[in-house]
Amino acid sequence: MSPASLVRLTGVGKVFSTGTQALAGLDLAVAQGEFVSLLGPSGCGKSTALRLIAGLTAPSSGSIAWSDGAADRGPGEIGFVFQEPTLMPWSSALGNVMLPLRLAGVERAEAEARAAAQLGAVGLAGFERAVPRELSGGMRMRVSIARALVTRPRVLLMDEPFAALDEITRWRLNDDLITLWAQQRFTAIFVTHSVFESVYLSQRVVIIGARPGRAVAELSFMEPAPREAGYRTSVRYAEHCRAVSLRLAQALGAEAA
Amino acid sequence: MIVEPIREKRWLRFVAPLALGAVVLVAWEIAVRLYAVPVYILPGPLAIGAVLIAEWAGLEVALLVTLKITMMALVAAIVLGVLLAVLFAQSKFLERALFPYAVVLQVTPVVAIAPLVIIWAKDVTIALLICAWIVAFFPILSNTTIGLNAAERNLIDLFRLYRASRWQTLLRLLLPSALPYFFAGLRVSGGLALIGAVVAEFVAGTGGSASGLAYVILEAGYRLQIPKMFAALVLISTIGVVLFLLLGLLGHLALRRWHETEGAGEA
Repeated sequence: MSPASLVRLTGVGKVFSTGTQALAGLDLAVAQGEFVSLLGPSGCGKSTALRLIAGLTAPSSGSIAWSDGAADRGPGEIGFVFQEPTLMPWSSALGNVMLPLRLAGVERAEAEARAAAQLGAVGLAGFERAVPRELSGGMRMRVSIARALVTRPRVLLMDEPFAALDEITRWRLNDDLITLWAQQRFTAIFVTHSVFESVYLSQRVVIIGARPGRAVAELSFMEPAPREAGYRTSVRYAEHCRAVSLRLAQALGAEAA
Repeated sequence: MIVEPIREKRWLRFVAPLALGAVVLVAWEIAVRLYAVPVYILPGPLAIGAVLIAEWAGLEVALLVTLKITMMALVAAIVLGVLLAVLFAQSKFLERALFPYAVVLQVTPVVAIAPLVIIWAKDVTIALLICAWIVAFFPILSNTTIGLNAAERNLIDLFRLYRASRWQTLLRLLLPSALPYFFAGLRVSGGLALIGAVVAEFVAGTGGSASGLAYVILEAGYRLQIPKMFAALVLISTIGVVLFLLLGLLGHLALRRWHETEGAGEA
């Protein structure tokens, strides 16, 4: 366990009030500035792990420790991107991105300027006044990412954010996300059930086994960020995907046996 | 190609009911004349129109009285309905404790409560107001309560993540989420406020300066002035229709930019 880890989950378990054991004995350490993917089948508890890290729900057992010793993060230190864009439909793109700042008591003028800048950073300059229903699915997700990043969080948590998008939009958002991460170097924890997406985005893939969820394997890749042109069709990328697929198959096979 | 039929539909939406109304009125007038129906059984539309014009001075006073009570009851229903719904959203205990009684108030026929209210309230106007309010406030309370509970789960989590205060969550999330539900309730309440006002006045049956359209109908009935009864009825219906359209328009204007049920593509 490296001393540089920002957050460390030790033996974390979560039992829902329905009696379902979502997680059991999950160990996970994430370093400052790292991009980690949690990869696993549907219902393996990876989303629950993310909600635990966000402090939206409390673990039933085990502990979550942050590097500064605090039990959780202050407001605005964590950004969260849900599976759906989760925007307020009555509010413009700018209004949605401003929300975290306004909730923190930032004055309107300053919040507007910062939100507009963040919208520009995700490629949505000129769409400040559009309401969500006027935007495409990919653009809504960009607004959602801008909202998560507007407070300059140290940690960005993403829960299968691109699962509902078409492949072309998804690839473009993958690239833009890596570019943003390379610029701002927040710590990113990305939940996905796509081997290809996890390999493309992250430095480290943690495979989560199901029923109950726990970390069963992990693989690291050192690729330059942003990714070079053609990386998606390169032999190296294919090899990484193959390696992860094999470990995933082993993990799931061992469970089935 | 897709735009055309929608335009045609919109145009039809106004013209179709108006055309049907005109046809029915003409048929009615013809039938009354053809069969020589006496005016004290069924007056024709022209006779009713003539009374409407001839007795406008008295009818206008009654119209304004009924309109005033309806609008005041509706405003009271909005204020108290929304306030109570917000209170329910803040405390599940209050909601559990009070909601059944709101239902009791709702399911008890206003005709049955009105005599009591009229005995208890010193002023007739206030008695009528209370009756109309009892009928009108429930749809607003019930719809707004549902709306306040209908905020998206993930958005609630988002507000928690940013440590939003109760007040911030109410103002920026719960109330906007409840707006479509509120407006749906408001549209129902508008009609109910009018019904409550008219029914209560029928029960009260008071004359004098504070008498509205219901009393005009009662009085004209005693005197067998059937065209005048119809004239008052026409005015009551007109209030109801105008109120319904206005409240619908209000909801449309408030929600058209963001809500799925509003906007260009609506049926």
